[in-house]
Amino acid sequence: MKRSKLRNAEELFFRGVMIISTSVIGFALFLILWSIIKRGLPALSWEMLTQTPKGGFYFGKEGGIANAIVGSLYLASGATLLAMIIGIPVSLYMNVNLHKRKKLVNSIRFLLDVMWGIPSIVYGAFGFTFMIYFGMQSSLLAGIITVTLFIIPIMIRSIDEVLVSVPNGLMEASYSLGSTRSETSYKVFFRQCISGVTTAVLLSFGRAIGDAASVLFTTGYTDHMPTSLSQPTATLPLAIFFQMSSPIAEVKERAYASALILTLIILFISIVSRIISSKYQKNKIKL
Amino acid sequence: MSGNPKIVIKDVNLHFGKQHVLKNVTANIPEKKITVILGPSGCGKTTLLKTMNRLTDLYHNVKITGSIHIGNDDVLNTKKDITEIRRHMGLLSQRPYPLPMNIFNNVAYGLRISGRKSKKYLKPRVKHYLEMANLWEEVKDRLNDPASSLSIGQQQRLCLARGLSVDPDIILADEPTSALDPLSSEAIENKFIELKNQYTIVMVTHSLQQARRIADYVIFMYLGEIIEQGPAKEFFNNPKEDLTRKYIKGLFN
Repeated sequence: MKRSKLRNAEELFFRGVMIISTSVIGFALFLILWSIIKRGLPALSWEMLTQTPKGGFYFGKEGGIANAIVGSLYLASGATLLAMIIGIPVSLYMNVNLHKRKKLVNSIRFLLDVMWGIPSIVYGAFGFTFMIYFGMQSSLLAGIITVTLFIIPIMIRSIDEVLVSVPNGLMEASYSLGSTRSETSYKVFFRQCISGVTTAVLLSFGRAIGDAASVLFTTGYTDHMPTSLSQPTATLPLAIFFQMSSPIAEVKERAYASALILTLIILFISIVSRIISSKYQKNKIKL
Repeated sequence: MSGNPKIVIKDVNLHFGKQHVLKNVTANIPEKKITVILGPSGCGKTTLLKTMNRLTDLYHNVKITGSIHIGNDDVLNTKKDITEIRRHMGLLSQRPYPLPMNIFNNVAYGLRISGRKSKKYLKPRVKHYLEMANLWEEVKDRLNDPASSLSIGQQQRLCLARGLSVDPDIILADEPTSALDPLSSEAIENKFIELKNQYTIVMVTHSLQQARRIADYVIFMYLGEIIEQGPAKEFFNNPKEDLTRKYIKGLFN
């Protein structure tokens, strides 16, 4: 009798803890969204989406942040694409070709996790040093390379996380049909891990488009539309930063509008990639 | 020994790390018969099966000595490409692992990777192998559905069709009915009896009843060693070893 009372109390306690923490997170999310919508939505206009900053933009005059929107999209897409091209083969190689070498693969994982943890400003500084060494100026290309470097660990580890759970039986089935290692990788394992690729792309793109520190030195900033890989390019996080640091209220409001645009872009990417993945996921073998 | 030996296993020792899993295993597996590898769990029967198509390669820390001859090739020491040799052996595992694609492509996969890609060629072949596995009637209207939408019993038959599609002459089956309901199990057993005219079948099981029902030749293993082997009739009616007698009587399992 006493025992069951204690267990009931325990049950109640943990349920309470879960409810409270869930509400805290939900509330924080709501608060963030609320504040950017409340302050950003009134300042949001067609002009903001379609025009580049004009002369008096930073004093509250006409113009928009189209340059930063396009720049950020270029930067994040380029970096995500590059990271995919590198990350997918690497994670497949780790799980198929190096399947027998658990120790080596675990060291690689550890290394990638360390890289994942390095602050993006360090990548920015690294990219900057490199640029100076090669005599490059800050440019879209330098930004793409730097951002690629810092999202590669995210990309590889998120795909890897799904590949690890592919059962040995599926691998044996593939080999016993006479598949080579690369056929096992790209025709069997890859299909099984498409959901992981989607998560990886999402996480990477989110980090790439939202990070300010790594692009600060490498991509630079400009009021013009990006037209070339070798030119400095505006990005949304920096656009938010510059507008936010203005003492003029109107410009500040526009910073919130920019934040809203950034959030909407990420929301859009999330939904699209979920749709794509659910289309390809139907063939996944459930266990 | 009845019939010609298809697989000749000689002095195979397998170590998994420090564990000695197969101890001096020597056996001849007859052609176009059902050979059942029988024994309690953990006796090395599955390992022996996987040694035959070198799936043991996939695991860390495995050391094998000895030889396994299939035709003129020594599987364990061949210079030939192992993927080529594996193509001669279909595999059915304890639970079905269909490939993550639709039903049609599961069967077509093996044909495609061996270079035959035209839809015109594939369609009748896929139908043929699905028919061989008694699955065609059930799936003919839903070939584009994911393989995972089939029941477990159907999935196992799909895996059989897939295994047959690469035109092997040996079928390796690792307790292929252990995850199935009695009806699906019976379907697989009956199929094996039908198929033994064309294929050499090696099946691992721990079920004495199943071995009695379908075995032509029995290899009985215990703790990594072959205790006794011989034609099924002799093995069940007149076992030579004490341990075999005990096992058949169900004194340990």
